Amino acid sequence: MSITIIYTIATLSVIGTSAAVILYFVAQKFKVYEDPRIDQVEQSLPGANCGGCGFAGCRAFADTCVKAENLAGLNCPVGGNETMGKVADILGLVAEKKDPRTAFIRCNGTCDHRPKTSQFDGASTCAIAASVYGGETDCQWGCLGYGDCFDVCEFDAIELRAHLGVPLIIDDKCVACGKCVDACPKNLIELRKRNPKDRKVVVACRNKDKGAVARKACDVACIGCGKCEKECKFDAITIENNLAFIDSDKCKLCRKCVSVCPTNSIIELNFPPRKIVTEEKEECTTEK
Amino acid sequence: MLKTFKLGGVHPPENKISANAKIEVLPLPKSVFIPVAQHIGAPAIPVVNKGDVVKVGQIIAKSSSFVSTNIHSPVSGKVKKVDVATDSSGYTRQGIFIDVEGDEWLEEIDRDETLKTDFDFDAKTIIQKIQDAGIVGLGGATFPTHVKLVPPVGMKAEVLLINGVECEPYLTSDHRLMLEKPEEIMVGTKILMKALNVEKAFIGIENNKPDAIQLLTSKASKYPGIGIVPLKVKYPQGGEKQLIKAVTGKEVPSGGLPIAVGAVVSNVGTAFAVYEAVQKNKPLFERVVTVTGKGVKKPSNFKVRLGTPTTELIDAAGGLPEDTGKIISGGPMMGKALATPDVPVTKGTSGILILAESEAKRREYIECIRCGRCVSVCPMGLEPYLLMTVSEKHLFDRAENERVLDCIECGSCSYTCPSNRPLLDYIRYGKAKVGQIVRSRKK
Repeated sequence: MSITIIYTIATLSVIGTSAAVILYFVAQKFKVYEDPRIDQVEQSLPGANCGGCGFAGCRAFADTCVKAENLAGLNCPVGGNETMGKVADILGLVAEKKDPRTAFIRCNGTCDHRPKTSQFDGASTCAIAASVYGGETDCQWGCLGYGDCFDVCEFDAIELRAHLGVPLIIDDKCVACGKCVDACPKNLIELRKRNPKDRKVVVACRNKDKGAVARKACDVACIGCGKCEKECKFDAITIENNLAFIDSDKCKLCRKCVSVCPTNSIIELNFPPRKIVTEEKEECTTEK
Repeated sequence: MLKTFKLGGVHPPENKISANAKIEVLPLPKSVFIPVAQHIGAPAIPVVNKGDVVKVGQIIAKSSSFVSTNIHSPVSGKVKKVDVATDSSGYTRQGIFIDVEGDEWLEEIDRDETLKTDFDFDAKTIIQKIQDAGIVGLGGATFPTHVKLVPPVGMKAEVLLINGVECEPYLTSDHRLMLEKPEEIMVGTKILMKALNVEKAFIGIENNKPDAIQLLTSKASKYPGIGIVPLKVKYPQGGEKQLIKAVTGKEVPSGGLPIAVGAVVSNVGTAFAVYEAVQKNKPLFERVVTVTGKGVKKPSNFKVRLGTPTTELIDAAGGLPEDTGKIISGGPMMGKALATPDVPVTKGTSGILILAESEAKRREYIECIRCGRCVSVCPMGLEPYLLMTVSEKHLFDRAENERVLDCIECGSCSYTCPSNRPLLDYIRYGKAKVGQIVRSRKK
């Protein structure tokens, strides 16, 4: 009886030892060298795997950084300059300094500004609604409000605001990964320069129709009148196809354009209240 | 036993309430808006300017590539402007506005209604005439006809199928055309046969139109080579691939064109337009449009100049009923709801259907219960529930492998779903995305 147990243990030990030896040599033979710095770089990244850098996740980005000769064009929008500084330290390279950005939905056509003229009862996603027609209002350029941007945001940075019909981006949480930019079928979302205290002066409209048509569809549509372009001293405003655009890199936040805009389509956000502000104007902003 | 296609299909209520209404000529509108994109392919390029005086039949927008067509003025008058306006796509598109003055036709158009059976043109001339006349498939897909008549290199057409199925519920424009212009359709078919150099042609008609079958069969003896094929009623028999399967028994391979099995399919409306273009030099600037719906006072079939606002058609049919929920351009299965009734009639408008609020409203949808009904009714043998899920989750590579591009968008799946799921909405979205991916891969 006891001899059976001894044989069993002996046999298993021999098999185990020989397997270990074989595996050791096989592992040596087929070893894949991986730069240890890839792990280090990956650990310094935020680990959100959002794809904002343009690669298929943090690991792929780390791999590219390690293999790259310099860090030009490589940027993690989520971690910003701080993270890229760490990455540069690990690799002994120099990181490009980039201005932090934040996303903004260029439509202020909430239901009180933009009356509904039809009703869409298909599957409620923006992509499907946009493939069928211009939208429930007469403005074919504006936000549809079904929240495709909300669905793709992995940082909870978008508030759907179904009661208003236009979502809101929460600046504190937005990391400018750009997923919502791609998801919006109306191409409304823009990554703009992040100013101190998240202050913004933006044309919250994408309507390229002629002024009268745009105005009829929406109270706060840009009619392309050009007053803001004349007012701007910094050449930050351009008008193309009946639509004004403020370049966030040139804008100095003087807010003069906001005062001259006849339709209130230029909005200011996160500024302290002005001395003379009418009640009505307060309501028009999407702030807070 | 009557022929039909094998796979899938549904039987929606036919509701052909306007079947006995003779085709009436709608009075000329005061002004028209003619979009330059009325067909599949590149939009035509306007060749008139503000203030130009045009005659009926004059080219106002020229075809810009091979897969594109000319657009002719449907009215005489003065060009008001070349601008954008909303068309049935729900977006603003470029088009030409014309204020109607009188009704002066180009001299070369033969306005005599008498039948002209003899023609003496070779295939090339016929195709050229069809191309010049701006003829597109009038069944609804609006694919330029001249493109179909030139088979790709190495392929040859063996049989021509004329589609008189009209399987969409409510619509009766093709039915009325077959009853009122049978011989013209026959001559048009003969012309198309000549252009394709085929000996055989079949006109497929569902047997819910016995009068049309009888009339055309009696006329067919005069036109050797043309056969009338009565078909069992089943939706979507009017689909190109389903009609080929029903009539010839051949199956178009996945991703292939009908020409792969030697077939070319044209609508009866197209055959009639071809007759007019070749025999009467009349370009395509008017078509038959059914205006119907259960609440409509006078369901009618109108012969309408293109560009006429939909509102005028509705007024002529007795006005918009009070409880209107949706105005649909096309039939209830494949048609598209209009955001506004101001959009113009275009080459692809086969009908205007007015549904009451109670009929039009989609019901709330719930979870898929895996009953598999959508799979059993899909005439292309696809799995709609799966295609919907993968499109919803943006798994487009999977959708491509599941052959989303074979979907003919007939809507049988959405029609039959007991959970009211918007299957076709998502499948169409997936199909569009996969189409984009495939095209970008080719570049």
